[in-house]
Amino acid sequence: MTQPDTPSPKSARQKWMAVLARASAQELADGLAALPALPEAEMLRAPETGLVMVRGRAGGDGDAFNLGEMTVTRCAMRLGAHIGHAYIAGRDHAKARLAALLDAALQDTARHDAVMQTIVEPLATAQQEARAVEARKAAATRVDFFTMATMR
Amino acid sequence: MYVAVKGGEKAISAAHAWLDETRRGDTALPELTVAQIEQQMSLAVDRVMAEGSCHDRFLAALAIKQAKGDLIEAAFLLRAYRTTLPRFGASLPLETNRMRLRRRISATYKDLPGGQVLGPTFDYTHRLLDFALAAEGREASAAPEAPTDAPDVPRVTEILVREGLMQREALGEAEPGDLTREPLSFPAPRPLRLQNLARGDEGFLLALGYSTQRGYGNAHPFVGEIRVGHIGVEIAPAELGFAINIGDIGITECQMVNQFKGSRTEPAQFTRGYGLVFGHGERRAMSMALVDRGLRSRELGEEADAPAQQEEFVLYHSDNIEATGFVEHLKLPHYVDFQSELENLRTIRRAAEAELREAAE
Repeated sequence: MTQPDTPSPKSARQKWMAVLARASAQELADGLAALPALPEAEMLRAPETGLVMVRGRAGGDGDAFNLGEMTVTRCAMRLGAHIGHAYIAGRDHAKARLAALLDAALQDTARHDAVMQTIVEPLATAQQEARAVEARKAAATRVDFFTMATMR
Repeated sequence: MYVAVKGGEKAISAAHAWLDETRRGDTALPELTVAQIEQQMSLAVDRVMAEGSCHDRFLAALAIKQAKGDLIEAAFLLRAYRTTLPRFGASLPLETNRMRLRRRISATYKDLPGGQVLGPTFDYTHRLLDFALAAEGREASAAPEAPTDAPDVPRVTEILVREGLMQREALGEAEPGDLTREPLSFPAPRPLRLQNLARGDEGFLLALGYSTQRGYGNAHPFVGEIRVGHIGVEIAPAELGFAINIGDIGITECQMVNQFKGSRTEPAQFTRGYGLVFGHGERRAMSMALVDRGLRSRELGEEADAPAQQEEFVLYHSDNIEATGFVEHLKLPHYVDFQSELENLRTIRRAAEAELREAAE
């Protein structure tokens, strides 16, 4: 029940972007506040909300089809020499801005480790734990057929 | 005679003020918050997202509040809202074998890898009204947890495919057609049909699916598998050049297994009907799968004379926003149309009376 839900292997950047996308604006803001202040960042693309058409596959593994849209907010920020991008589900502009800023900071080798340790790793652990709880609740509803035990 | 009319602004404004008041209900009671609707009316939210064809839990909950719980009106509001937003692109197709499962059941194999996982279900409840829920302030019981060994959960359809008993799905690289961009044309390829059904009215899909079981379409379906859970959505923005995960959405998938007698080129085997919907919507996913299979009749060389097999009939009438628009527009002033009908009828009457008089003379 805890299979990875995206293809692996993933680059480090893909992994941290996924963690940031799943966090709340509050969690990102709290994490940022715990870090040494970042220098002034330049807004390259102000947060903008739009739609992404979500696709499925016929029969689960056949031709792609358009399932329906979802709201997505994107943002791009420049921090020094690095450009951070965010595409996140939903319409939270503050969260998109924070995620883009952190993506830029994470690309900066001077800041990378601190941001990983203070923000990304704890969030990844919390997200993993939330999934593990869900998986354990699902496991509690797995049916044990009495006849199965004797058939095995 | 055509008479231009204006007016009614005051009446309309008063009507909307009264609507606002009735939406709020008794002010002695606390007002519902959007977050409460999102959390505690979650299946209504799922239905509005599916029929509104836009995944955003907050917006769907807001639409339900605004629509006073009228879910078709709420889906209409969501569809209207989506037209105000730009389209950034399309996601990579969801690989549903990777979804995080809350529920996974099969009615075809009792003892299958990954097992039968019931998840949070109404199944096996006694459908007796629970008056304990009427007493507020009661703590919900905590769901028990059990150790999980992260088992492999293969698709039931894959098991049948490997045995050579089921067709593998066609897998092309073609860009799927999009109903929101081009109008339907017939015959509609399966990806377009699935898009139409995924946003179709649940009641309509349910009734049509039911009809195929009752003999209008000769279906003998089995639930190969139902999966309910969450999945990360991935997009590959051009400026990044690689795929990124933008967050999770809830989905429900149904694989319906149906018999197929075979044709001149194909041996007898099982075929599938497929349902995939936003949120937790098993009835909806199952109905979609039944109708999908019905609509495949022609391509499988079967007779296609039942309502659920009639592509134009099904796809043109599945959308409850279009349907409600056309049905409810009858409420709007038709004074001039009706005046001409009246004139018409009076002319016919006069002619008939004149004929009668002539015959009598």
